[in-house]
Amino acid sequence: MAAINRDDVAHLAQLAHIEMSDDELDRMATELAVIVDSVKSVSEAAGDDVPATSHPIPLTNVMREDVVGHVLTVDEALSGAPDSADGRFKVPAILEES
Amino acid sequence: MTANELIRSSAAEMAAKLAAGEITSVELVQAHLDRIAAVDHGERGVNAFLYVNTEEALAVAADVDARRAAGEELHELAGVPIAIKDLIVTKGQPTTAGSKILEGWMSPYDATVIKKIRAARMPMLGKTNLDEFAMGSSTEHSAYGPTRNPWDLDRIPGGSGGGSAAAVAAFEAPLALGTDTGGSIRQPGAVTGTVGVKPTYGAVSRYGAIAMASSLDQIGPVSRTVLDSALLQEVIGGHDPQDSTSLTDASTGLAAAARLGNVKGMKIGIIKELHGEGYQTGVENRFNESLELLRGAGAEIVEVSCPNFGYALGAYYLIMPSEASSNLAKFDGVRFGARTLPTEGPLTIERVMGATRAAGFGDEVKRRIILGTYALSAGYYDAYYGSAQKVRTLIQRDFAAAFEQVDVLISPTSPVTAFKLGEKLDDPLAMYLNDVATIPANMAGVPGLTLPGGLADEDGLPVGIQLLAPAREDARLYRVGAVLESLLEAQWGGPILDQAPALASTAAEEAN
Repeated sequence: MAAINRDDVAHLAQLAHIEMSDDELDRMATELAVIVDSVKSVSEAAGDDVPATSHPIPLTNVMREDVVGHVLTVDEALSGAPDSADGRFKVPAILEES
Repeated sequence: MTANELIRSSAAEMAAKLAAGEITSVELVQAHLDRIAAVDHGERGVNAFLYVNTEEALAVAADVDARRAAGEELHELAGVPIAIKDLIVTKGQPTTAGSKILEGWMSPYDATVIKKIRAARMPMLGKTNLDEFAMGSSTEHSAYGPTRNPWDLDRIPGGSGGGSAAAVAAFEAPLALGTDTGGSIRQPGAVTGTVGVKPTYGAVSRYGAIAMASSLDQIGPVSRTVLDSALLQEVIGGHDPQDSTSLTDASTGLAAAARLGNVKGMKIGIIKELHGEGYQTGVENRFNESLELLRGAGAEIVEVSCPNFGYALGAYYLIMPSEASSNLAKFDGVRFGARTLPTEGPLTIERVMGATRAAGFGDEVKRRIILGTYALSAGYYDAYYGSAQKVRTLIQRDFAAAFEQVDVLISPTSPVTAFKLGEKLDDPLAMYLNDVATIPANMAGVPGLTLPGGLADEDGLPVGIQLLAPAREDARLYRVGAVLESLLEAQWGGPILDQAPALASTAAEEAN
């Protein structure tokens, strides 16, 4: 497995929507390289014949009655939003103006 | 009985005194609020609480007293106060998850466990400190300052639930709720000399617990005695249609198991891989003493091997960050929490998100989000996340094989006692190793309990003993735990917390 470098971290930070300063990228790359190195043995632990477990206690087809349950009111849903208008979340521009 | 003696009682004793009319709930809640005011704040305060819920707690207490006086039939724990880990959402009290990004945020709904606490009429004393989004083993990653260990204020109280464990250890609350993803209830219990239980995955609803790693997270009880945790798990457990991973089992028979009082004929397995090298000498010594006590009480002690536990920590640090990176995507500066605008350049949603998350998340949260994003990215998914999920299967098989031979498993809870604040803060890997003995239970979904096993010879600090049982067999933990607790307390001449140093009041310091 490839080691993780500063460019990787910059790309990942962009994917994860976290702005990072140059210092932060350097520090994070060093720390993550150590952590990734320590977990890489995991890929050798299990053979192809071992099935993956996604949940500790598998449950299937968890259904409920198809009726309207308790839902938040518009005011409740908007109560913690940084900005709202006309009963909706208000966000900055979606697209950059060209 | 003085207020000081009252707050040192167990929750079960408090409940009995309330039922007998010897004390009122208002007196009981006020005694705890006074204790919080005396020891929690200021430079050298415990800092277990992020929010103290004075008004509501006293109102609920007064209501319980009035109902009791009117002869109403009440829940056994009605009027007994409780502290809530600030990862669990509550109406009427802020929920921060220990993060700047949620500073001052008020949840528009209650978690299911909070609804159950309200239904039992237990006054909520407030919200307790934690590592940001429950990511850490020392509470030092809280955006609101670390909690201090009541045994030594220069040491960590464990994490992530250091606030809940310290509150209970410092007699600021008889009971608390915690959450445990890789040991966040049990490791703080171990290093503060208290009891904590991670129930079977699904035994307690996760609805309203701010998710870190959904397939590992579990809410559970924190207390000073095994019986108290059993009583609390009975309150919060049971099926919840709002959590699709919730089990349909009833949460009954736990207190009865704690009261059973014998382990004769039970088979208890020492996990070969979870003691010895890497474990502090004093931890090993106390662990061996507990084995002798259980043997003396008629249990059969055998050794079992769980060879794949060696991969658990590595697999955990792939699965947990992967799920966390996905769960924390919702903190985008749009629907709740803080919004930070970029200082320059165009003001687009993408850039606002980047600035908001940069300012709102601490280092450890960013580290785990980036690590999780890496483990889930194309080209690495199979090697990392996929492999880790296979390890999970191997760990489950190890547990299954072990539980064919024994009724419960036993190990030290934490390889070390409480370390100094700051000691491991700059070394993420050293911090992660604290959870080496607690992580396997989360990976397999089995229940685990920690109880105090005495003090380490070399530093006089508490050592935790961990018990593990098969999924859905939480009652076995309470049965064995209560027996071991009574044998140990007979040796010590009382609860372990009697040996903790008295905390000086910081109230005067704060007033200066």
